[in-house]
This record gives sequence, structure tokens and C-alpha cells, in this order.
Amino acid sequence: MSESTTINVKSTVRLCGIILFVIACTTAVMITISFSPFGWPLKVALILGVAVINAFLVASYLMHLLTEKKMVFIVGFFTVCFFISLMGLTIWAMQDFPIGTTH
Amino acid sequence: MDNTVKQFPPFREAPAHGDHDHAHDEHHGHDHAAHGEHHEPGFLTKYVFSTDHKVIGIQYGLMSLLFMLFGFGLMILMRWQIANPSKPVPFLGPLLESMLGQVAAHGVISPELYNSFGAMHGTIMVFLGVVPLAFAAFGNYVVPLMIGAPDMTFPRVNMASFHAFFLGGVVMLVSFFIPGGAAQAGWTSYSPLATTIPTNGQAFWLVGMVLLITSSLLGAVNFIATIIQLRAPGMTWMRLPFFVWAQFVTAFILLLAFPPLEAAGVLQLMDNVAHTSFFLPTGLAVGGRLADISGGGSPLLWQHLFWFLGHPEVYVLILPAMGIVCEVIVNNTRKPVYGYKSLVYSVLFVGFLSFIVWAHHMYMTGMGQKIATFFQATTMIISIPSVIILTCLFISLWGGSIRFNTPMLFALAFLPMFGIGGLTGLPLGLAPADLYLHDTYYIIAHFHYVVAPGTIFGLFAGVYYWYPKITGRFMNEFWGRVHFACSFVFMNIVFMPMFLQGIKGMLRRMSDGAANYSAARVPGAIDALPDSIIHLNHFILWAAVALGVAQIPFIINVFWSINHGEKVTSDNPWHATTLEWQTPTPPPHGNFSVEPQVARGPYEYSVPGAATDYTPQNAPAEKKSPAAH
Amino acid sequence: MEIPYTSTARPDTGLYNAKLGIWLFLASEVMLFGALFSAYVLLRVGAPEGFWPHGWLSVTLGTVNTLILALSAITTLLAWVACKVGNFRQFKLFHGCTLLLALSFLGVKSYEYHDKWIHYEIHLKDGRIADGHLEDQDAQTVTIMGRIIPGDQEQLLYDLRSQKTIPRDEIKLDRSNILKMENYGPRHNTFTAIYFTMTGLHAVHILGGCVVIGFLWGPGSRMWKTDHQRFTNRIEVSGLFWHFVDLVWIFLFPVLYLT
Repeated sequence: MSESTTINVKSTVRLCGIILFVIACTTAVMITISFSPFGWPLKVALILGVAVINAFLVASYLMHLLTEKKMVFIVGFFTVCFFISLMGLTIWAMQDFPIGTTH
Repeated sequence: MDNTVKQFPPFREAPAHGDHDHAHDEHHGHDHAAHGEHHEPGFLTKYVFSTDHKVIGIQYGLMSLLFMLFGFGLMILMRWQIANPSKPVPFLGPLLESMLGQVAAHGVISPELYNSFGAMHGTIMVFLGVVPLAFAAFGNYVVPLMIGAPDMTFPRVNMASFHAFFLGGVVMLVSFFIPGGAAQAGWTSYSPLATTIPTNGQAFWLVGMVLLITSSLLGAVNFIATIIQLRAPGMTWMRLPFFVWAQFVTAFILLLAFPPLEAAGVLQLMDNVAHTSFFLPTGLAVGGRLADISGGGSPLLWQHLFWFLGHPEVYVLILPAMGIVCEVIVNNTRKPVYGYKSLVYSVLFVGFLSFIVWAHHMYMTGMGQKIATFFQATTMIISIPSVIILTCLFISLWGGSIRFNTPMLFALAFLPMFGIGGLTGLPLGLAPADLYLHDTYYIIAHFHYVVAPGTIFGLFAGVYYWYPKITGRFMNEFWGRVHFACSFVFMNIVFMPMFLQGIKGMLRRMSDGAANYSAARVPGAIDALPDSIIHLNHFILWAAVALGVAQIPFIINVFWSINHGEKVTSDNPWHATTLEWQTPTPPPHGNFSVEPQVARGPYEYSVPGAATDYTPQNAPAEKKSPAAH
Repeated sequence: MEIPYTSTARPDTGLYNAKLGIWLFLASEVMLFGALFSAYVLLRVGAPEGFWPHGWLSVTLGTVNTLILALSAITTLLAWVACKVGNFRQFKLFHGCTLLLALSFLGVKSYEYHDKWIHYEIHLKDGRIADGHLEDQDAQTVTIMGRIIPGDQEQLLYDLRSQKTIPRDEIKLDRSNILKMENYGPRHNTFTAIYFTMTGLHAVHILGGCVVIGFLWGPGSRMWKTDHQRFTNRIEVSGLFWHFVDLVWIFLFPVLYLT
């Protein structure tokens, strides 16, 4: 990769330390949510939300997605939207059965 | 490029390379004199483990044509059984019995054997025949040349991709000879049938599929990376030949749609081998007894995962052929294609939409109104870009100086054939009509029309068109026309009656040719199939045999013309504009001795004021004044 | 003509070939694991109320694995940084750590698998269900460390989270009393099936990553001397793959262990 930026080792190590700490925290948060007394649908939504944040951190910093060109970001964003729409479609249509086929 | 490396296939003896190769020799003579002999690769490295995209393209091409022939043979056996249920197969009956044993006892194709032929015919034709030929063979050979690249971005991955394909094919073929026979649950391998059939053939099928999917995934990565990264200077996106765009979208479809099937394949393999219940529902009874499984699975899950690939897969089958047809039509009308931009946007749109129409294969599964409406809407919408592409190709013929050579004949025939196939798909996309037509012969006729007289005609056009570049000789024109005329006539005779059979209610995958549902067997029944419909089976059988015979001239032509065909007199015998024709014949390792500089679009035919009726893409940019030279 | 952009980036895309290649491959992997995750969702939503297991997997071990993998992702990045600044020794150190962490992940995973493998659910002829880890067995008896529950309270076996304490006693059973005996393997129910399949496929990817990183750490590191730019790119590309494997675990862990 021919970057014009040189890599500052010290700041990269600091960044890594921060990310490791944040990952540990998000994991702790997820575990706490998991053992809390809410209902499962809410817990699942919250836990998955935190996982997404976690994933975003890994992807953007460790995989340096943020330093890639705009096109890559747009494609990634579009993919996420596509996935959410598909899930939305599934949930919207989940309880929809032909009349008279369920009891 | 130089005299020490022998080309594949060898087409000319050493010295007579023509003018511009002498220029190459001057450039490179010194280098090669110095490097000399230790560049000479052995037989295995050159022909079996080659990393050169052209060799790999030819490997894919020959293997896939062989597999297609085998799949065709399976179909003939099936058509015999359909037309003459429980009668021994003539000539081949004893051979079948000796090779396959009990399932072909007395030379009669048993229902199990018929089912395995059916499943394997579909699998082989789609995954071992058309996809490798359309995407991998033509794509590998032509795409790097068309964009001005020296090879694919990842040559060794390319080689790995071919060998995975080869292995997958071997696994599929071997499955015929294991106890229990090959897979019998259709190319769609629906659970729970696929798990409860007492044969290991299903597991072989799944392993074969995993290998084939791996091969396609590696190929797809290669194609996309090549097209993005290795375009020659000046080759902007909107200067790409349409064939490259088609391959680009096809590669993306393969990249994103195949993995869910791989996941599903792994899950079904776990069901078969580890006795899990991913797709097996609670309370499943097999042979009258409750199955010893945990249950909790969903047969619908398999269908969703399968068709999530299955639908994009059919666009994989058609898009490369559309690309080839576009190239051939433009070249043989001597004018630019109509609506290049529309073609590009349509093909991109088709690629995207193909991912959200899959459940139109599942209207019969008891889906609710909301989701059925959604998929009907998207299915109707996806017909629009397909029609746009076809229309652009049709309109491109207007005002052209049409040359009716063999590739052009096939390309022209593609248009109405794909038109019929596509139009007959419209009722199938609408749930109310599909409820009646699903799993009947109407469906078989529809998809065969798109793939057989559709895609395969496009692929034949490609073979005749690019053969001179690969070998330096033309295929025999007379026999090419015979091949075309006979194939065209017999394809239609084979598949047109099937529409009628399907509308009358004849279901697919019935090993007795619907004898069980015929009026002859149940005289008073209201919707029993009349004799006229059943009798069509005999008609179709003979047409299929004739179709097979019609391929013999083609097979002979392909091999005979390597050494005896009419030699080309230039590197660009069709007077084409695209870059693959601006290379030596056949293109040497590395394709271009100097990097081509692209100065214009792909279809600069009959440009007013130009000296010739075609202007190659890499010809130097002209001065604006009309004065020649 | 050589293939361009193998080490240097193409100006308009900003990528060298292998980097684009690996991102494309990762896109296909997203679809692969995405399909498995959607299978999980469909199976879980379709399961009858009260019969989807909660608490069958050790959250402690899962957390340990999460931290191991996160740390290995960081050492991977640092290994690449070391290559970029030319420090071969540090690269070897960091990637060596990556390898060790990866192998310990696999070690913890095999312990977890083993734990499931020896955990049996035994249906007795009198209708009760015994459930626990297999201690000992011979021709006559089977000894487990667990509990016996009445046959109509089978749901107790599924929702472990809601039970404050789960008794674990040594129970000896006579084989003549046993109707059916099955361990918590893939065929036991759809949860174990999808658990083993998803974590198994993930483990296969970890193993693959280990092989690649191991090769680049060992024999492949010879390229450092001949073409260190290309070698650094290889480290980057394999690092991207490794980060993806970590990403998959970031979703696997909460989905399988915490929900």
C-alpha cells in the first residue's frame, strides 16, 4: 500500500490499547445485559446492537476501513442496508399465513 | 512472442510468424537468447498445471463441453424412459446393466435410476456444463485480452479454481458407481427427501457441490479483481466491451450468492452424515416409522437457502451469453451497439435485483400474501432490464450491414429463443398462474428455452467467433451452418411441445412419462392426460436424438479445424474493434508485448471519415482533420 | 508484460491486487456466515416455546476466548505495523503471539467441545430423565455427575439461566433402566447442531488462518529479504482475514453464548 502517511508506531500501539479496552468493556456490557431480568426480545436487540458497535470498531480501526476510499465505505454501508432490509422483510412477513391454514 | 515457447495449441511452424512478430523478436531476442532454455516448461506445467489464463480457459472449455455431452446423454436415456416406460434401452441397455447393476436390471431404467439421471442431468448441465463454459472458459480466455491485461490478477488461484472444478466433477461422476447410486433428489436436493433417501450419493453430491462452489468463488474473486485493477490505460469503465460488463456482474453474483448454498450444503451434509435435523421437522416419519432424529428443523430453510443462490444462478447462466451475443452482433452488423449505456445500467440492475426475487420458486410452500406480493413485484420488475437488453440487441440490427456467418446465425437465433424463454417466464412469476404451472412441463420448457436454445446458442456463437483467435484457423463454415440449422430446428421441436404438455397438467420428474395419469390408465378421470399429450413424448424423443446427431458435425468441426481449418490471413479476421483481436494469434504468454493504450470506445464501427469500417480500441487517437494518415 | 499492481497500489482504486482480492473474498465469507446466522434465527424462532436452550455454554470460557481473539487481532495489526517500519524482530514477536493466542483459542474450544461430548441426557424407562457428565461406565452401570428430573419437567434442562442452583450429584444408573442415552452432540437438538456447525466452521477458519500465518512467520518470512514490500502486503492481507475471523466471533459469542 503506497501511503504518503508514515506510521507513528507509538500512536498505533496506544490506539490498539484503547481498542482492546473498549472491546473488553463492550463484552462486559453484553454479558451484563444478558444476565439482566428483561425479556429476551429486548435483550437480544440490545446485545446485538452492542455487538454491531464492537464489530464496527474492529472493522474500521483494525482493518483500517476508515482509511479506504469512499467507494469501499459506500459499498459497505449499502451492504448493511441491504441486510437490514432483508431482515426487515422477514420479520414483516413472519406471521403472515394463508387464511385457514393455521389454528 | 518468441520461438522457444511453444504455443498451445501449436498452430504454425516456427519462422512464419508474420511481420509484427519480427518486431517482437527484435525487442526480446536478446533477453530470450540470454534466458534461453530454462524458460521451457514441461508438459505438466504447460497443459495441466498452467497458470496462463488462456490455457485455463481452454481447459475449462474442453472439460465443460465434455460434461455437457455427458449430461446430454443422460437426458436421452431419460427421454427414452419417458416415451417407453419400463422398456429396455436399445443398444445401451446391457451396458447400463453391467455398469450400474440392479438399478438397470435387464437394461430397463428403474425409477431410482431415472431419478438419479434427472438430478445429475440438472446438476451437471448447470454446474459442470454451462457455468464453467460461459463464465470460466470464455471469461478466462477473453476478458484479460479484452481489457488489455497480461493475465488474471491471481494466476495461481485461477489454476486452483480449475482443479477444484475438475475434482468436483470427478466426485459427481463417481457418485454414479457407489452403492445406492447418485443423488436422486433433483438438482434442488430438497430436504427431507435428500436426507432420507438411502444412498450416499446425496453426500457425494454435497461434497461435489462444495468443491464446485469453491472453484466458482475463487474464479469470481479473480474476475472482479482483474476487471477492476488490470484495465489498460485509457480503458475506462464506459469503454469496456459489454461482454466484460456481463462477466463482471456475473462474477459479483457468483461471489455473493454461492456462499449461502455452500452453508446450506454443509448443513445438509451434517443432516446426512451427523444425523442433525437442520432441515428435518419434528415428527418426521420415514417408511411408516418415526425417524430417530431430534427434529426441530425446517424444510423451508433449505428451500430459502437453496433458491437464494438458485435464482441468481440463472442470471449467471444467461448474462455471459448475452455478452457474447452482443459482441457477435455488433461485429457482424458493422455498427455500434444501440444503447450501450442502457445495456450497462440494465445489466447492473439485473445483477442487483436477482438477489431479491428468489421466493418465486417457492409460491407453493404456503407463503402468506404479503411476501408473495413482494416477490411477484420484484419478479415483474426484473423482467424490465432483461427486456431492455434484448431490445437494445434487436434494435442494433437496424441499418446494419449484416454478415450471416455462423457465429452471427447463432447470435441472431439467441434473440427470439431467449425471448420465448423469457416471456413464458412471466406467467410463472405471477403466483396465481404459477400455482397451476409449478412443477409441470411448462416450467421445464421455460427454463430449457432460456438455457438451451438461449444460452447454449450464445456459447456456440462464442466458440465459432473466437476459434480463429485461439487456433489461427476458421471452423468449417458449411458444417457450422448445418450444425446451426439442425440444432435450431430440433431444439424447438424438443421443447415447444412441452409447453402444451405442461399446460395440460403433465408434471415433471415422473419416471413413467405420466403414464400413471393418462386417460389410457384411468379412462373416466376428468383431468387425465389425453393420448395426444402422452404421444408427444415419442415425438420429443426422436427430436432429441436428432438434436444429438446434429452436434456431431460440431464436435468433429472443433477438432478437425485445429489442423485443417482455413487459416486466418491476419490477427483480426473478423475486422473487430475490441482488444482481444489486436494481439498475435494465438496470443502469447503475457498477451501484449507493450501495454495497449486505449483511445476510444469498444464499438467504433463505420465511423464517418475513418479509413476502414472498424477502428480498434487501441489505435492511436486520430487527428481531427479528415485527411488520411 | 508483468502483472501490474501486485505490490503498488493502482491510483484510481488505491488498492493493490491482493488487498482487493481479500476484501472480495471476505465479502463472500460474510454471505457464508450470514447464511448460517439466518439459519440460526429461523431455527430459533421456529422452536417451540421453552425448548430453546439458554445457558448451555460457559460464558466464562466464551469471554476468555473473546479476549484471546481480540488480543490476537491487535497483535496481528502490530505485526503489520512492525513490517511497515522495518522492524523484522518485532514482527516475528507479534505474529508469534498471534499464533500462540490462536492455538490457545482452539484449545479452549476443544475443551468446550469435550465438555459437550461427555454430557449425556439419559431417558429412563420409568419416565424420568437423568442429565449430567459421564463419569464412568461399564457393561452394567453408567455413572454420571448431574441430576435426575421428572419426565414432565423436561424444560428444566433447557432454561438453565433461570435456575439459581443446579444440583450435581454422582448418580449410578443401571443399564437395564435406560431407554435412550445421547450426548450433547450435533444430533441432540438443533441448538447443538447449529452450535457445533457454526463454531466448527469458525474453528476451521481459525485453523486455516493459523496455517497461513504460521507459513508467513516461518518459511514465508524469507521474502522479507528479497521483496519486503510484497511481504508486508502479505502480512496485511492475511491480517485482514484474521480480523474478519475475529469479527465473526464478535457476533458468534453473543448470539450463541449470551442470548
